Amino acid sequence: MENNTTTAKATVSRRSVLLDFLGSMNLAITILVIIAIASAIGTVLKQNEPYNNYIIKFGPFWHEFFLSLNLYDIYSSGWFLVLLVFLVISTLTCIYRNTPHMLREMRNFRLNSKIKSLKTIEGSKSWAISDVDATEKTVARLFEVQGYQVRRKQHDDRTIIAGMRGRYNRLGYIFAHVGIIVLLVGGVMDSTVDIGLRESLGLSKIDNTTEFVKDMPEISQLQPNDLISFRGNISIAEGQTANFTLLRIREGTLVQYLPFAIELKDFRVEHYSSGQPKSFESDLVIIDKDKDAKFEHTISVNYPLQYRGYTIYQASFGDGGSKLKFKVWPFYDFKLRTLDVSGVVRGERVLDTINGEQTMEFIDFKKYNVRPAEEGDPEGKKFVNDGSSVVFKVRNSSGVAREYTNYMSPVIFKGRYVFITGMRNSPSEAYRYLHIPADEKFTVERFMKFHALINNSERAHQIAVQTVDQVLKDAPDSDKYRQNIITTMMELLDKFNYGGYAAIDNHISNQQVDAAQKAKMREAYLKVLNTIMQALYMDVLQAEGVDISKPITEDQQGFYLAALDTLRQIPLYGTPFYAQLTDFTHVESSGLSVAKLPGTNVFYLGSVMSIIGIFLLLYLSQQRLWAVFYKNDEGQDTLLVAGSGNRNVEDFKRHFQQLVDKLSRLVGENKNT
Amino acid sequence: MSVTKDAIHDELQRESFIKSLSIVDWLFAAILIVGAGYAYQLYNYLMDGYEVAILFGTAISLIALGWWWKATRILMVAIAALSLLSILLYGPAIQALLTQGMDSRDAIAALANLDDKVNSKFLFKYFLSSTSAIMWMSALFIMATIVYFFNLATRNVYAGKVATAMTWSATTMGFVGLMVRWRESYLISPEVGHIPVSNLYEVFILFAVITALIYLHYEGRYKTKAMGGFVLMVISAAIGFLLWYHFNKGAHEIAPLVPALKSYWMKIHVPANFIGYGAFALAAMLGMFYLFIEHAKNAKLSNQIIAVILIFGITILSFFGKVGAGSVEVVMSNIGLTILICAGFWVLGFGIVRGMRAIGPDNLPKLDMLDDVMHKSIALGFGFFTIATILGAAWAAEAWGGYWSWDPKETWALIVWLNYAAWLHMRLMKGLRGTPLAWWSVVGLLITTFAFIGVNIFLSGLHAYGEL
Repeated sequence: MENNTTTAKATVSRRSVLLDFLGSMNLAITILVIIAIASAIGTVLKQNEPYNNYIIKFGPFWHEFFLSLNLYDIYSSGWFLVLLVFLVISTLTCIYRNTPHMLREMRNFRLNSKIKSLKTIEGSKSWAISDVDATEKTVARLFEVQGYQVRRKQHDDRTIIAGMRGRYNRLGYIFAHVGIIVLLVGGVMDSTVDIGLRESLGLSKIDNTTEFVKDMPEISQLQPNDLISFRGNISIAEGQTANFTLLRIREGTLVQYLPFAIELKDFRVEHYSSGQPKSFESDLVIIDKDKDAKFEHTISVNYPLQYRGYTIYQASFGDGGSKLKFKVWPFYDFKLRTLDVSGVVRGERVLDTINGEQTMEFIDFKKYNVRPAEEGDPEGKKFVNDGSSVVFKVRNSSGVAREYTNYMSPVIFKGRYVFITGMRNSPSEAYRYLHIPADEKFTVERFMKFHALINNSERAHQIAVQTVDQVLKDAPDSDKYRQNIITTMMELLDKFNYGGYAAIDNHISNQQVDAAQKAKMREAYLKVLNTIMQALYMDVLQAEGVDISKPITEDQQGFYLAALDTLRQIPLYGTPFYAQLTDFTHVESSGLSVAKLPGTNVFYLGSVMSIIGIFLLLYLSQQRLWAVFYKNDEGQDTLLVAGSGNRNVEDFKRHFQQLVDKLSRLVGENKNT
Repeated sequence: MSVTKDAIHDELQRESFIKSLSIVDWLFAAILIVGAGYAYQLYNYLMDGYEVAILFGTAISLIALGWWWKATRILMVAIAALSLLSILLYGPAIQALLTQGMDSRDAIAALANLDDKVNSKFLFKYFLSSTSAIMWMSALFIMATIVYFFNLATRNVYAGKVATAMTWSATTMGFVGLMVRWRESYLISPEVGHIPVSNLYEVFILFAVITALIYLHYEGRYKTKAMGGFVLMVISAAIGFLLWYHFNKGAHEIAPLVPALKSYWMKIHVPANFIGYGAFALAAMLGMFYLFIEHAKNAKLSNQIIAVILIFGITILSFFGKVGAGSVEVVMSNIGLTILICAGFWVLGFGIVRGMRAIGPDNLPKLDMLDDVMHKSIALGFGFFTIATILGAAWAAEAWGGYWSWDPKETWALIVWLNYAAWLHMRLMKGLRGTPLAWWSVVGLLITTFAFIGVNIFLSGLHAYGEL
């Protein structure tokens, strides 16, 4: 028997120890701080990046370590959830333990307070009174007009009138804390907990190998009611329809099917007059076979569509397979046989080139390229539109690819209209640009013809001969070195054509002569090269119908210098052709977020509760007043007044002092009568 | 001493708030309602239902504010009068520039930036364009800080009055600047127009005026000007950043909104947030003041407090380094500069401690009062910060597809919230008072500052508005 009682006692005390621990302020504060620190880590360490980035950043050892702690996806990690659960338990314990007390405090007027204890309250004051009944009425009335609720109780030795106001402060405690719990429940409902659960039960498997949605294995597919909540993304091209959304989880994907299909009719970007984007809008058609419904709706940023508990948001945009037309200009074909190529974004096209088969992979198309204008823009514009551009890769037969970006219209560069084409060897590099000068008709034709002529060794040789003859017309004994000059000229032309100035410099540095002679040699070579280039250029102009007997215009000379600068860089360009974008049909795609978040309203309910609770708790003070009527040791009728407030003690002291002052006047009056 | 029956009767009448309102109060309310009605009548074709609700909700809140804190009635009337005057002056000034062949955008820019091309009215140019109003605000706040410190050191009553007047004027000019800027954005083009709380430049102004208002309230409530210098120090720091941002980065230029910000939510989310930030900043400065006084009283030179000043200095330095030079290292690697700046902060800390001892502890504010105001300010900030964060979540739900995305700005808002939640628990439940809480509120400002600007500078995320 005795043993049993002890055990029972021990159980009780063990239970209360546990409650004490779970409900302790120290535990609550500790959890708050740990959650804050964990959250901070998650903002400094970028979440959910490809693992390769982390390996590069931290090295394999720390990567493994961080991965094992789930630091790359902190907010969905098990231990973070455990922290939240502890926060909930701790808060619940507090609510459980304090609510009865709070409710009691709301109703309890403390009518049994002892004179002795009231006297110890700071600021309490007593008066000798004559007419007890009248004073009682006055005091009760005074308490009431100050907004206090008043209760009276007669004891043997004393009568107490107690006042209380601001009792809802206590309700604030309950609201604030219950609100937090409700809010967290809403948050957990909408978290990825259920995906984790499905994963650990083997119901779902995150896929990171499959390329196309239609090939997705069944275990990586989710039917509409499989998850309580999700947030997915889907990119739909204009004219296309999709009935699923993709959930990106860690390194992989799940396909979440929707109970309806979304068709994108049109996507629009509207611009400010300055060229910056003003709005992104998608015209959607929702096709719901279950409900036999079909309707149109336009969504935009900040204005999503809600349908059957799903919300569809405008998230991003991209190219949805624009149709592109190119004119491909070969760099090393003296006949300049161009090729018309067409393709679509995300498609590809194989070309036969002098370097073997090369594949053009069309990556992206942009209709507008708006950038901030440079300082001191002549027209005072803040933004400049460089027009349409295309990004494509050229992959050779061994699989190595270079990336190119070509602008459709000429733009002004160093005072001339040029066609810009950029090249880089990998996406991590910056583009290096080739500026192809535009001729008077804003085409690349003159430049291309000039380049073709350089490649036309037969015709170039003829011109070289003519030029040299012209120069040596009056020179004596020129026959001796005439042929030599022509040969050198053609050699230099060839070197420049395939290697730019670098090839010529290379040739000079291989000569067995001293530095001074090399410099002299270089100067002479460049002069010779310039002579033949200028002559070739004149031939191009003549073919265009320009009268070359007159001096050429400044613009034509400027073109020549610009062309020379571009020609020397062509050997570095990487492909033996220039693909000029000639036409396009813009097809856009809209990036939509599709979410099912049934916890949203729960979250809002909790939020509103917390806010009400916090305002009641922090800004409302529960204040009490006591007036005690008793006979003191000398048998004199006495009034004792005391008060307390649970918030803003300083404010209450001032309030209480005013009350005492008033009472002094009123009680003084009573005494006189 | 005798009290008449009528007097007793009066004392025992229920104190009705409505009855206590004067004719001026009612006139004030009428002006606000008429003003809101006029604005509605003029612009309702531009507003959706939420915005109409915000318009009238604001009018009602401002009436309540004016009734509860009478001094703000004059403030509001002054802001309205000056703003309207400026807007009226805009018409002819713009017309003059348009006839010179400028387009409207350039004309506004020229007016707003006090361009040399503008030979408009003196009053306008030096007083009431948004940029000059903001410059007036900046100058007044910085001068007020100095005068408050002078008042603290000498207890010169007149200086105290001047400082208060300057702070009220600065606040007025700051609000006028924001109002006029709002109008300017619409003059550039109706599609560009938006409430000026959309970028760092604008919210720094908002931060300065809100912090000043909260301070002025406590100054009136507690009838002391001793806290002014310390509180206005944080405003002056914000002004320093603002001026640097203006002159070095041209941040004052009005830019159109990115699509994600085009929402009525901005009108309520941002101001609510800045009541929070302002109140927390004020509490932190009082915390610092508390610690200084305590150390001055203890009659030993405190290295800790100077260490804190150093940490603050270095933090500010890193922010400026990151924004100005692109990285913290660039500034930090300039050892001479770093030492110079650290030394500057050290001298500042040392100087303040010495100065306080010279003033004498008896002439400094009571620690209990500072503790009390600090607590009230944090309680005020916490309430509004909670509202702001939840409004932010509701906005996120509309714009980004979920009310909580663990975006860095959101997460740091949560951290700030958790921090002050813990602070309030310690004070209200554990009964903690004084020094530890003062330290804590100072640290709280570091966290708040990081959430306010650090996130934008150091971390990327949805609040950076990089895409969409």
